[in-house]
Amino acid sequence: MTTVSSLTPALHLDHPPDLQVNGMTKRFGSLVALENLSMRLKPGSFHALLGENGAGKSTLVKCVMGFYQPTAGEVLIDGHSAQISNPRDAHRYGIGMVYQHFTSVPAMTVAENLVLSRFGGGGVINWKAELEELQAFMSSSPFQVPLETPIAQLAAGQKQKLEILKQIYLHSRILILDEPTSVLTPAEADEVLGLLRQQVSAGELSVLMISHKFREVTAFADEITVLRKGKFAGSGQVSQLTVADMAEMMMGEQKTPTPVQKNSQPNAVPVLEVRQLSAQKDNGTAAVSGLDLTVYSGEIVGIAGISGNGQRELVEVLAGQRVASAGEVWVNGEQYNATRAEMYRHQVFSLPEEPLRNACVGHMSVAENMALRTFDRPPQAKGILLILQAIRQTAVGLISQFSVKTPSPETPVQNLSGGNVQRAVLARELSAEQIKLLIAANPCFGLDFAAVDFIHTQILNARNRGVAVLLVSEDLDELLKLSDRLIVISGGQFTYQSPTATAEYTAIGHAMAGH
Amino acid sequence: MAEGLGWWGVPLAIVAGTMRGGTPFLFVSLGECLTEKSGKINLGLEGTLLTGAMTAYGTSYLTGSPWLGILAAGLAGLVLGSIHGWLSQQYRVNDVAVGIAMIIFGSGIAFFFGKPFIQPSAPQLPTLNLAGSAVSPAVEAALQISPLFLLGIALAPLMTWFFKSTRWGLYVRAVGDSPDAARAMGVSIFKVRMLSIMAGSFLAGIGGAALSLYYPGVWTERISSGQGLMAVALVIFARWNPIMCLWASLLFGGAQALGPALQSVGIKQGYYLFNAAPYVLTLLIMILTCSPKRTLAGVPGALGIDN
Ligand SMILES: Nc1ncnc2c1ncn2[C@@H]1O[C@H](COP(=O)(O)OP(=O)(O)OP(=O)(O)O)[C@@H](O)[C@H]1O
Ligand SMILES: [Mg+2]
Repeated sequence: MTTVSSLTPALHLDHPPDLQVNGMTKRFGSLVALENLSMRLKPGSFHALLGENGAGKSTLVKCVMGFYQPTAGEVLIDGHSAQISNPRDAHRYGIGMVYQHFTSVPAMTVAENLVLSRFGGGGVINWKAELEELQAFMSSSPFQVPLETPIAQLAAGQKQKLEILKQIYLHSRILILDEPTSVLTPAEADEVLGLLRQQVSAGELSVLMISHKFREVTAFADEITVLRKGKFAGSGQVSQLTVADMAEMMMGEQKTPTPVQKNSQPNAVPVLEVRQLSAQKDNGTAAVSGLDLTVYSGEIVGIAGISGNGQRELVEVLAGQRVASAGEVWVNGEQYNATRAEMYRHQVFSLPEEPLRNACVGHMSVAENMALRTFDRPPQAKGILLILQAIRQTAVGLISQFSVKTPSPETPVQNLSGGNVQRAVLARELSAEQIKLLIAANPCFGLDFAAVDFIHTQILNARNRGVAVLLVSEDLDELLKLSDRLIVISGGQFTYQSPTATAEYTAIGHAMAGH
Repeated sequence: MAEGLGWWGVPLAIVAGTMRGGTPFLFVSLGECLTEKSGKINLGLEGTLLTGAMTAYGTSYLTGSPWLGILAAGLAGLVLGSIHGWLSQQYRVNDVAVGIAMIIFGSGIAFFFGKPFIQPSAPQLPTLNLAGSAVSPAVEAALQISPLFLLGIALAPLMTWFFKSTRWGLYVRAVGDSPDAARAMGVSIFKVRMLSIMAGSFLAGIGGAALSLYYPGVWTERISSGQGLMAVALVIFARWNPIMCLWASLLFGGAQALGPALQSVGIKQGYYLFNAAPYVLTLLIMILTCSPKRTLAGVPGALGIDN
């Protein structure tokens, strides 16, 4: 801690330095996550890092930041080898990163997080002076976040803005963004990236952005580097590449999106009925109130809305993670309380958001996680004994069927890349013989386009088999593509309902904003 | 203590007991609060309490200075804390399991080295007289308060201030709530937890000194009677808030004094039942404060999660 003051002078660089990565390799045990990768981030450029889920993008930037220690390779700053052994060192070179998962401390306020993020400084914090300074900083910064609010109470979009604000506050000159827009609405994403783009164009900042969204890459980036299975797979100027070129570099083959095909469902029966449902947030205030909703078999009902408008609580009630404060849920004509027995009897499956937290046991293996629905009945169990062989075999089958990239079925699920955790959960939830009801929340959050295509196809196939699907998503394009009926939730209430075919884009936007 | 005062003796005895019995609770719970804020649980404070009590008594007996005894108790706690801090942060090691081992280790140490100090009487801590000279001797005896108690009271707001207004305090909270966030900020999780656990154990050691040098003021092997463990429950009850730890400690200290106070006015039935008051209180609090509908406010996010 004493070395801090000697590091601070380098903080206020005027211009972004030149960043080069040389022969970077990172192994996790026997798994090679990154192999001999080299790339260069020119000063004052906006560089996109592309690659499938698990390609090693996050691993690369975490090695640059000193969050991971690379097995081999080095980082060059302005041509000189730089010793970066932790994020504090990276900061000394003007490099700051917004991680894929939020890195603000949930129990602390925005102000506390900002002060904490400022490496070094005196031991005692003079809150009065600090707050005045922060207020001044906030009013001159591109976006505003309330200073006294605890992080836990911020909506996802605000949290992400704070993460970026933090780096501006720290005067970072190289900004590494790991999927910065996955929690933002398209409008918010454009706003945030546009402001950063301005700073890049002015020569004040370099940006290295990991993204799965080609739209953003073509709109904001100058250059791309593509990773495939931990290795360099190509690079180039965005102006000279088409989206198809980039996709081909990522996959190593050409791939066109699977067309949406829906069949008609003649004998639709109501599967999920929600009656006057109310639920509370963690802090006891109303999250949703008086919701009525029916989902028929062979139908996808989409729920659109900006995050934090009650979607999460609604899904949690349906998944049995939260107790409703009023109202009833009926499935297949029977009252439903989301007990394990009822889930099995009615064949209800769910794909909650943040699957690592809501649908997995992180330190248990992929195979064990895939068996969470079935381990207690034959063939995976006999009496009170588990048949581990059967559990493993099922997992091996699901891993190949859903192409989950994992070193082995025994790997703890928390070590998989974000996209592969999602696939593992989807494999478990969609593998049952006869699903009646599927509840999915933001199923494609942070997935590469191949995975998105895969999951969309799986959801559509389920619908065409007669499954009733409730799809809650913050991605309006996804909803317009998949759902048969569209409902907008705002402030815990349904503010708009329409068949998707006749839904009006502007009316949806208005309803989402709560007008 | 309250004979001669009749029924008035009961509240008086409880007030006195609150101050006496609350002191060790206060130190242990503040120590545990600091430890848990960093994301680790230290059940071993029960052992630390005993070791602290023994060390304080022994040192006071051998050197004649109770103040040195307090210091020695803190240092003994520091050593036990460093063992817990190191062990509980090893790969695939669970802090609760280590804590249980440390209870056994700490009490073992205390009993082993404490054997020679059971008989002799060591110099006790001086006390301050709260009441004036005009009151009856019974009241005066009841209102003797220890500087340790005052120190503990001062410590609670100090710790609140530490968590809120010092960089180190923010580090502790960050590490306890979101280690990933702390790591991203270049904070060494190992160091922060190690130091928090050591400082927490230091306080618990002093809590032990309060037992053997203030109240009850002897060294026996049964002196702690589970107070170290109860302090862990108390921290949960206090929502990881030092000021609330203070109130909770006083409440527990008061509850402990209930049995003896009633006995002194002649209520003999249910003596053991009243003695069980702190334990019943612990259970009741646990039941009342847990609810499936709410997440516990103030709980450090990474508490009890391995690494
Ligand atoms: N801490 C870890 N321990 C073991 N394996 C890991 C660890 N972190 C990542 N991996 C593995 O390294 C590989 C690359 O992961 P990484 O997170 O870099 O992928 P990514 O390109 O960022 O993918 P995504 O787009 O899904 O975020 C994956 O196979 C992953 O399972
Ligand atoms: Mg990633």
